Amino acid sequence: MNSAPLPRWSLLLLLTIVVLAVVVPWISPWNYYTPSWDELDLEPTFVNGHWLGTDDLGRDLLVRLMWGCRISLLVAVAASLTSLFIGVLWGATAGYAGGRVDAWLMRTVDVLYAVPFIPFVIVLTVLFGRNIVLLFVAIGAVSWLDTARIVRGQTLALRQREFITAARVGGMSAAQIVRRHVLPNLAGIVAVYLTLTIPTVILVEAFLGYLGLGAQAPLTSLGVMIADGAAQLRSRPRLLICPALLLALLVLCCNRVGDALRDRFDPASGGGA
Amino acid sequence: MLSFIGKRLLVAIPTLLVIITLAFALLHAAPGGPFDSDKVLVPEIRAAIEARYHLDEPVPMQYLRYLGGVVRGDFGPSFQYQDSSVNDLIAQGLPIDLTIGLLAMGLALLIGVPLGVVAALRRNTVWDRAASAIALLGISVPTYVTAPLLVLLFAVSLRWLPAGDWGEGALRNLVLPVVALSLPYVAYIARLLRASLLDVLHTPWVRTARAKGMPWRTVLLRHALRPALLPLVAFLGPATVGVITGSIAIETVFGLPGIGRFFVDGAFNRDYTVVMGVTILYGVLIVLANLLADVVQALLDPRMRP
Amino acid sequence: MSAVLALQVDGLSVTHAAADGARTVVSDVSFSLPRGRILGIAGESGCGKTQLLLALLGLSPPGAQVGGSALLSGQQLVGADRRVLRRLRGNRIAMVFQDPMTALNPYLTIGTQLAEVLQVHRGLSKSQALLHSQRMLEAVGIDAPARRLRQHPHELSGGMRQRVLLAMALLCEPDVLLADEPTTALDVTVQAQILDLLLDLRERLGMAVVLVTHDMGVLAQVADDVAVMHAGVLVEQGPVQQLFDAPQSTATQSLLAAARQLSPTAQGLV
Repeated sequence: MNSAPLPRWSLLLLLTIVVLAVVVPWISPWNYYTPSWDELDLEPTFVNGHWLGTDDLGRDLLVRLMWGCRISLLVAVAASLTSLFIGVLWGATAGYAGGRVDAWLMRTVDVLYAVPFIPFVIVLTVLFGRNIVLLFVAIGAVSWLDTARIVRGQTLALRQREFITAARVGGMSAAQIVRRHVLPNLAGIVAVYLTLTIPTVILVEAFLGYLGLGAQAPLTSLGVMIADGAAQLRSRPRLLICPALLLALLVLCCNRVGDALRDRFDPASGGGA
Repeated sequence: MLSFIGKRLLVAIPTLLVIITLAFALLHAAPGGPFDSDKVLVPEIRAAIEARYHLDEPVPMQYLRYLGGVVRGDFGPSFQYQDSSVNDLIAQGLPIDLTIGLLAMGLALLIGVPLGVVAALRRNTVWDRAASAIALLGISVPTYVTAPLLVLLFAVSLRWLPAGDWGEGALRNLVLPVVALSLPYVAYIARLLRASLLDVLHTPWVRTARAKGMPWRTVLLRHALRPALLPLVAFLGPATVGVITGSIAIETVFGLPGIGRFFVDGAFNRDYTVVMGVTILYGVLIVLANLLADVVQALLDPRMRP
Repeated sequence: MSAVLALQVDGLSVTHAAADGARTVVSDVSFSLPRGRILGIAGESGCGKTQLLLALLGLSPPGAQVGGSALLSGQQLVGADRRVLRRLRGNRIAMVFQDPMTALNPYLTIGTQLAEVLQVHRGLSKSQALLHSQRMLEAVGIDAPARRLRQHPHELSGGMRQRVLLAMALLCEPDVLLADEPTTALDVTVQAQILDLLLDLRERLGMAVVLVTHDMGVLAQVADDVAVMHAGVLVEQGPVQQLFDAPQSTATQSLLAAARQLSPTAQGLV
């Protein structure tokens, strides 16, 4: 087992971003939606409290960034949990049942791997309204394939272990065994892959936001802010650079922490890259 | 080998059928149709339009009709562009996507492979750290972020390259889209190759080659690199998925008339046939990429040869 | 017997760099090996046998410190220039590795893997090298050698692969052959064939062999002298009969006891 240290700075930065995104409604002197007509396009300065300046509607950029982060994280966590739920259920069933059930469930996964999933999410969100709950259900519903594969592999390995055999001999039903013995033993690996799913989902959400399919104005997310910023690239590059940097930083930290956790807890990854 | 390819093609058919069915079901389950958006149509005209697109038939009938069309390679007429069929739009847009996609993959290999090799050989040195940092950055920063930033730097500030437009595929117009699209793949390829090359360099057969007194170049090129490249081939399928997503963003940023634009426009305007057609095309591309990956892998690995 | 020493090792030690400082895996090992003799090195797994052989080839892992002296027919190996060592490896000193299943490159044909040795060390053309390789495969008792050259390792049985590895090591008729558990992965009949082959080749080519194993039964069959290694140190060495009759160290005694329990061949010979 690898005892490489966790990336301390990434962890710290990630926690800072998350905490700020969570508490922003209570600590910020401004809100994210009220335009301020006498404060349009302020340059960053510490004097008036707009540390990163204001946008084209006079709204504080830092506050909007934190709100954008908040929405992005909310969608990411909710979607990851959705994908986790489906993936664990699917993978554990396949791995534990084995045989034909396993073959069919995993063949379905193989087929779904070839489905162009971003286009499907786009279609889903366009057709069924741009509603944020639907957004994460849609993302979650199409991103559970990896989780299902990993969970199946782990369950297969677990099934060979003595305590499962003992439980079976002892007359426990399959459902009981899965609930009491298999799922708890999957918790570690599942948690690791959750930290690796979150950054992927953040990127998907940002992409949809970028296409105008994510959070609707005045609510914002990092992807929406990047799209808005990109549109005003020539006049106000700050509006692109700030959310782009924050998104990159957020995803980078998530990936670093997730990689480190995987190297530490996943025997199959063999140290990873 | 031929029977192997045949078998894989047979497996691809149900996959495509699932994609077609999913796309069709999704679009027909959606509330609202393509013609009830802005203006209210006179009932007779509406009926005439619906009859023209066979929307007045029962849904199973429409499904079979559509499936029949797809089998013949006909994706039907576009709802939005009244004069074009979906095939016309694809024929118009696909060459642009293929040009940019293939160039981006080529560039990614050209940069990513040496980067990965250096990182693996100079493991835990400054070189390795730098390569890993670049790789992690590339994975964490999506195309729709790098693309506008590249435009900001090279088009707006330095004025070296155009900020967008296809320009009949002139090299100047291609540079920024191709670079932006390739960056994440530089990262993925470098990471993947570093890991797999490190694995191979620790195999007993590489030790045998060194114990035989082979020059380092022979050990690396003949004994280590070829097996280390196998995971890259397997990555071809997922990479195609990524390039498709990336190209949608790239086309939006640079204003290129590729199929991704038609797709997004189609989705917003409820141009069902365009959305279905492009989705199926994406599915076909992914299936083909996976098939190609399998075949190349089988060719490279003697143990997989039938 | 010739007085020329094929291999003379003096105070050889190997220290690996570890996370918590240095770890000595081979400590002050000395032995000498005349031409045409077989020295068996015995010891339980993890006692440093393989590290000793790798140090002789100059293939210790990166960061390892190798001290002392090792002369190959008078040529110093320890601290020698990397290019000099590379030219000696596979040429004057060759090694047969433990696991025939993984020691051959699965992606290359047997022919390519054999021929490249002669191409590099003897400067032969590929076709000349293949011809010579075919003869060598025949010499180690592989049937249909011409066909084997075109095959990949996975198409060969374990015993056949071990013969291929042996042929590979013998291509340049080295002064010293290092064999690391060459028979452990094989079943008993194949094991006996490979050992016979080793004896026969020693006879014909007059090379010296260092045979590393944890199996005292194997040593009883083929070794002239035996050295017993324990925790990186040679605790005892001498002619095979003497060592088997009157083992001095506890390490030797326990290896012999294990052999008597497990292997009927050892019982018969001791």
